[in-house]
Amino acid sequence: MTKTKKNPIGSMVVYLILICWSLTTIYPIIWVVQNSFKAKDKILANSFALPFGELFTMANYRKAFNNLNILNSYKNSIFISMTVALLVVLLAGMGAYALSRYKFKGSELLNSLVIAGMMFPAFATIIPVFSMEFSWGIANTGSWFLTMLSVILPQTAGNLSFAMVVLMGYIKGLPVELEEAAYMEGCNAYQIYFKVVLPLTKPSFATVAIFSFLWSYNDLFTQSFFMRRPDMYGITMLLNQLTAKEGTNYGLTASAVTLVVVPVIIVYCFLQKYIIKGMIAGAVKG
Amino acid sequence: MGANIYRNKKPAFLFLFPAFLFMAVYLYYPFFKNFINSFMEIKQLGSSGSGFNTPWYHNYQEMVRDESVWVSVKNTLLMMLVTLIGQVGIAIVLALMVDNVRRGKQFFKTVFFFPIVISATALGLLFNLLFLYDKGMVNQILEALGRETLIDWKAEGTALFTMMLPVMWQYVGFYFVILITGLNSISDELYESAKIDGATTLQKVRYISLPLLHNVICTCSVLAVTGALKVFDLPWTMFPKGMPLKSTFLTGTYMYYHTMETKNVDYASALAVMIVILGIILSKAVNMIFREKDY
Repeated sequence: MTKTKKNPIGSMVVYLILICWSLTTIYPIIWVVQNSFKAKDKILANSFALPFGELFTMANYRKAFNNLNILNSYKNSIFISMTVALLVVLLAGMGAYALSRYKFKGSELLNSLVIAGMMFPAFATIIPVFSMEFSWGIANTGSWFLTMLSVILPQTAGNLSFAMVVLMGYIKGLPVELEEAAYMEGCNAYQIYFKVVLPLTKPSFATVAIFSFLWSYNDLFTQSFFMRRPDMYGITMLLNQLTAKEGTNYGLTASAVTLVVVPVIIVYCFLQKYIIKGMIAGAVKG
Repeated sequence: MGANIYRNKKPAFLFLFPAFLFMAVYLYYPFFKNFINSFMEIKQLGSSGSGFNTPWYHNYQEMVRDESVWVSVKNTLLMMLVTLIGQVGIAIVLALMVDNVRRGKQFFKTVFFFPIVISATALGLLFNLLFLYDKGMVNQILEALGRETLIDWKAEGTALFTMMLPVMWQYVGFYFVILITGLNSISDELYESAKIDGATTLQKVRYISLPLLHNVICTCSVLAVTGALKVFDLPWTMFPKGMPLKSTFLTGTYMYYHTMETKNVDYASALAVMIVILGIILSKAVNMIFREKDY
């Protein structure tokens, strides 16, 4: 963009402010990472020194892996979030396709139901969902698989309507001629969907999948209802319980936060284009 | 016309059935059930209740009398104000600045946005460490700057500030990205002709950027207000159970408190109904305020 000649002092002030805000987002993370390598009392004495020489210790990480069993929570969280993302893409994709292409009695109503679905906050559905799953024998059991399932199902439902809105916006913009051509060749509706529409909708599916994954991975509210045993905790539940149990072990807290945050940041650096798109598209979601 | 393909409606049913079954069971039914639950008596999470309350609107009566409800609503409204002014306000300033710099646009976008992808629970723990009384990062900085006494960031007077600051901070980048996308769609020609007319950068911002951003700012405001009602993870991690002295409850955390801690499940359902109603009223209000100024 061509702009007026820069006033050098003005643009220095602008850069200074922008860099200051960047520091507020970057520095806390660096701070917590460097302190995760220090013993608890050393953090309190001087938290700004880099953890070299005598300061350095891996004790916090040993504790995080052995006592907290953080890897197990990772496994649980990733299993849940991947399943949620997969189910959302699968179900919302089919639903969005049918709603964008078929016009029938009641399709308007279904459309408004989808929009309405985005407005329901999790607060307003969670108690009945819990009793329902409890009466089916899914919630609050000792089985690992059922516990995971009891989290997966409500999280999937919570992301469906948003995903359908995003996908419908995209599918409606696809040229219908391609589908007609496939129809002429003798494809039926299912083949048209899986062989023509699905491949074309890939970018939008990526957006939806990434958003659903991240949302499910970061969500504490649903996890806290259905995960009652430490070996079934997801990553956010583990962190939440850490405050209650080891609230004063700051070194351990720092290492746990590091272990949760750093992989996400790495993934974010590689996929940021899709992630930013997905998060913005998901803004309307309840 | 190729509408022939879609004349046979049978496949549509099969395509739609799984998604809508899911939503019916996990969204629509629970939503209405929750409304009914708010009139029942339920003493345990998972039980279906022992009948209706006497009188049936007992929970709503109770809500009016419950001081913590007022505290939580007050805090939530304050939270909205903070998100509106803090998040959207700071985001506007940052977006206008980044739009006017030559280098580093992509860098700032990446850095400003990343707190959003981190779980609010992890951020809650992180900010717990930063705001430790003896001695987190903030108190260490203050000490280095010559302050003699430590500030207890979790005491009654400062707790609300300590809770809302991270929530605000986390989402600034979100609105920043929406606004910068809006700024990018403003045609360069407008700026060019303003330049020929001798406009300064500030004048261009005032008379071109801001007016043309109006609708984007509206969207952000609605999102900020409804977003404030959904805040849960971070406050509950930093200040569980409304500590100190139940003064930091938000509507969401207060509803959770009654579900999990006091086991007053029917009351929690009524609180959830209140959250829904609050959400509808407030987003309608924000919509109305901004729509009237529409171009």
